[in-house]
Amino acid sequence: MFAPAEALAPMVPRPFRVAARWPETRGVVTLALEPVDGPPLGFAPGQFTMLYAFGVGEVPISISGRQDGQVLQTIREVGAVTRALCAAEPGEVLGARGPFGSDWALHAAQGRDVVVVAGGLGVAPLRPAIRGLVADRERYGRISVLVGARSPDDLLFLDELRALADDPGLHVATTVDHAEPAWEGPVGVVPELIPDAPFDPSTAIALVCGPEVMMRFTAEALLDRGVPAERILVSMERNMKCAIGHCGHCQFGPEFICRDGPIFPYERIRRLIAVREV
Amino acid sequence: MESTSLEQLLAEYEFFGALGPADLALIAGCGRNEHFDAGGFLFRQGQQADRFYLVRAGRVALEIEAPGRGSLVIDTVETGGIVGISWIFPPYRWQFDARASEPVRAVGFDAACLRQKADDDPRLGYELMKSFAGVMAQRMQSARVRLLDLYSDVRTG
Repeated sequence: MFAPAEALAPMVPRPFRVAARWPETRGVVTLALEPVDGPPLGFAPGQFTMLYAFGVGEVPISISGRQDGQVLQTIREVGAVTRALCAAEPGEVLGARGPFGSDWALHAAQGRDVVVVAGGLGVAPLRPAIRGLVADRERYGRISVLVGARSPDDLLFLDELRALADDPGLHVATTVDHAEPAWEGPVGVVPELIPDAPFDPSTAIALVCGPEVMMRFTAEALLDRGVPAERILVSMERNMKCAIGHCGHCQFGPEFICRDGPIFPYERIRRLIAVREV
Repeated sequence: MESTSLEQLLAEYEFFGALGPADLALIAGCGRNEHFDAGGFLFRQGQQADRFYLVRAGRVALEIEAPGRGSLVIDTVETGGIVGISWIFPPYRWQFDARASEPVRAVGFDAACLRQKADDDPRLGYELMKSFAGVMAQRMQSARVRLLDLYSDVRTG
């Protein structure tokens, strides 16, 4: 008994050619991918693909933007597969499944102040949302973008952040864990930027992405400011393998991160996020 | 006149929010407005900790000199924040450099004057200590979180 072809489709990688590749920060690379054939990859901000380095393996990678019909994926080298992906040269062909997962639901943010909080590589899956918010800013209230990184050299998309910071209609703040004296911005953890961000907590929506501990502290700082847990969206990352909720590797209590997430209202996962056995 | 206006000014800041007018008047009596140009030092590591500062405007960087690496900024204090804790505890020596990373307006407080008033009025001393304990707890929390080196990626794949 064989499964029908349409049931297999989510598990079959589509070939994508590396159209361009550029380094972002130490150990972080962005690939611009175009389909070898067929339509461009459609996606919603916050979704991810399973990127396949043929002969090496497959990993979930956030979509960090679109450029000239190509999809951008920003990858940090942390193991064999990501090392192969980061080393992919223009012209090479990779496999991609997806896009998968829930999105940042920008429609729910319309008419509200929006606070975007990113830590480390977490700015990558938030970039399509930031670009969408800024492009349609008349639909939203005040927009704040708060970014944290280990050091100034580790700030992703620095030119884009600087352009946003120069926009008088936006509140943009960056902080780092430590710096040399030439750094003129704040030094500290990203939740410390929340008290000074201009938003109305009674109606604002927050989009948060970064390492899980950073998201926990950020969510608690947002709760302290008065943002309810159901309007704090966090992007979870666990051990995603199949991306369609079949293998169970990314099970998180009653949820599968790949199928039910990766973006969840904090209210839904708050009870579980600090439980070490989960 | 100076202390009256300073007292009103201090009342606007959260750090002094729990203190009543009489306590604020006592504390204001030990303070004065100060200004630091960008790059100027509020204090230097190893010097006697004889003041602390309420930042009214600007940003102060707390720095430490690391041999072979130059200066490292380990924290910053923004408007409304407090710079200086070592004045509370013997041996009253600064542990770090505090440098204005942009022009800074601050209220500087005479540490000996405040310590004397806190010793004379333990209730005032307790209120002050609670406010400083809040600052210390927040800095310790920040330092602990940064010790985790959150942004490093522990995943493999």
